[in-house]
Amino acid sequence: MTSAETSSLDFASSPINQSLTPERKIELLTQMIRIRRFEQVGLKYYQSGKIGGFLHLYIGQEAIAVGTVSLGGEHDHYITAYRDHGHALAVGMSMNECMAEMYGKQTGCSKGKGGSMHFFAPDKNFWGGHGIVAGQTPLGLGLAYGLKYLEHEGCALCFLGDGAVNQGVYHESLNLAQLFEIPVVYVIENNGYSMGTSQQRSSSFEGCLAQRAEAYGMAWDVIDGSDLYEVRAKTHIAMERARKEHKPTVIEIDTYRYYGHSIADANHKKYRTPEEIENYKQNHDPINVFKRKLIDEGVVTEDQIKEITKAAADEAAESVKFAEESPAPTVADISTDVYWETDNDTDASKIGRHFFND
Amino acid sequence: MSRIISYREAIREGLDEELERDSKVVVMGEEVAQYNGAYKVTEGLWKKWGDKRIVDTPISEAGFIGMGIGASMLGVRPVMELMFWSFHSVAFDQLVNNAACVRYMSGGLCSCPIVVRGPANGGTNVGATHSHVPEGLFAAFPGLKVCAPATPADAKGLIKSAIRDNDPVYIMENTLLYGNKGEVPDPADGDFTIPLGKAEVKREGSDLSLIAHGRSVLQALAAAEILKEEHGIDAEVLDLRSIRPLDQEAILKTVKKTNRVVLVDESKPFGGVSAMVSTLIQDHAFDYLDAPIKRVCSIDAPAIYSPHIENEQLPNPKRIVEQVLTIA
Repeated sequence: MTSAETSSLDFASSPINQSLTPERKIELLTQMIRIRRFEQVGLKYYQSGKIGGFLHLYIGQEAIAVGTVSLGGEHDHYITAYRDHGHALAVGMSMNECMAEMYGKQTGCSKGKGGSMHFFAPDKNFWGGHGIVAGQTPLGLGLAYGLKYLEHEGCALCFLGDGAVNQGVYHESLNLAQLFEIPVVYVIENNGYSMGTSQQRSSSFEGCLAQRAEAYGMAWDVIDGSDLYEVRAKTHIAMERARKEHKPTVIEIDTYRYYGHSIADANHKKYRTPEEIENYKQNHDPINVFKRKLIDEGVVTEDQIKEITKAAADEAAESVKFAEESPAPTVADISTDVYWETDNDTDASKIGRHFFND
Repeated sequence: MSRIISYREAIREGLDEELERDSKVVVMGEEVAQYNGAYKVTEGLWKKWGDKRIVDTPISEAGFIGMGIGASMLGVRPVMELMFWSFHSVAFDQLVNNAACVRYMSGGLCSCPIVVRGPANGGTNVGATHSHVPEGLFAAFPGLKVCAPATPADAKGLIKSAIRDNDPVYIMENTLLYGNKGEVPDPADGDFTIPLGKAEVKREGSDLSLIAHGRSVLQALAAAEILKEEHGIDAEVLDLRSIRPLDQEAILKTVKKTNRVVLVDESKPFGGVSAMVSTLIQDHAFDYLDAPIKRVCSIDAPAIYSPHIENEQLPNPKRIVEQVLTIA
């Protein structure tokens, strides 16, 4: 069944969504708005040169991180690629630590060592933030392997882009997942473009990318990423399959990114038509779609949404101030966090030479 | 006559000329065709040469590089772009086990005339996984050839030689050099190549030798100016250009001339290119040294992201001058 065929279904009435209180629904909307505001502010300061490296924006895809992570419990874990801001905020990381990381400051989540692509918060079950396409896919498998090994009832959500599905290591991971009955859910966030190359020019497939799971005897599903309710309803099924049966699933969530692969991707208005971008913004924007649903349900008012949006903008502005005022790393900081033993000044760290600077 | 063109344009011109010269040359990689290259090195080539000669690949580094190696065994001459050399690790088995070893394991029956090229550098705040400089790593595998041009002319001359070479050649470029301009001979004046294995003195000097490759050559040249102006030290700068084959003769010549040497190398110190050069000097020119060999490498840790500090991790004129002053 494709997402087009199920789009007429009302996922608001699925049990997992029926269980949402009005307060929780407003919270989910707020999270999506916060992610967008955070990134819009990040973009501004990236363009003014305050943030270095690459900036891969999540704008347009917010319902995926928020919807999937909203289903997580104590033993559910998350890992993604370099387009990681949405997942980071969705798991509960603060705007301050994320903005400071992008500014390359000591107060950043990774002490200014990782940057935009490498946000981490193990205390929130968020294991990064990974720069190499598909490099995180066996790590997600490993998190799930660890859960099963440690006898925790939980699953790992491993996010990847549609450009990652042609890396060998992803296919090796799928085989291992099904063969070893590992509780991992692969979430392909399909925004249609593998950097500047459309899905049709980069992937050979029948039906959809998730369907490749059939070759491994694995369950799969396709989801409309503009509808947070659908994301939750279908991802919940996959997560329960993982937690209860130790069976992996590949889910493919159709979505769209408003900006380029990264902000350095100057061609993104050449390989996509303005009409295509505008159509998504007008008709499929996950925040607008969810806003309308909640207004129709009588859960929230336009005025409340304005307040939420303003609060998110204020929080983002505050995070910039925090980042600006935070100290930069020093030359000495370059040499910490390389080895656990040397950081902890253990006996082992005193045997043999670890660093070779002079 | 020379013209002033950019490093990026020089590589493109080299590719274009070799595509023209040999119909077996095919350029492949991620975004090299319709997108015109992530760093615009291949801009216009797809439009000129079409789908057969300029091939967009999926993000499958192991797959397309292995494909190129296989095709090269049959006589095709693939020139493959890694968007970043840092992605080498995804394709490591192909780059090492297959490309470096197939000739040897077949007793010389097979050869592997491929070129793999792309940027390999720090300094752009893209973090540890995107900032590797693996020229020393690959030069450590017999069967592979490696070069790291610093100027537009060297970039063009070396890529053309690399494409004609019958062994696998890995060219390490630099995103911070792509926009740099310099003199490159006019194609109208004839075929311009630079042989693999030839270093070049980029600055004559008498007091001390700075030996470098890639962008570190430019840092060494900047340091040489400071040394001259502020300390009255006349440094010679030798650009290795090619890491393997390595111009041992040129290295020994400059050491014997100045008797003091500082090696500048963006590699990490352990087993970096400069570690090999240092061994050659002490083996073959020990009696000519008036001071210990010194090195300026990247500080020994994964590449830090922070734009506030990354340049301090890399060789830069300040760090080079400081190291020179310890022996001069």
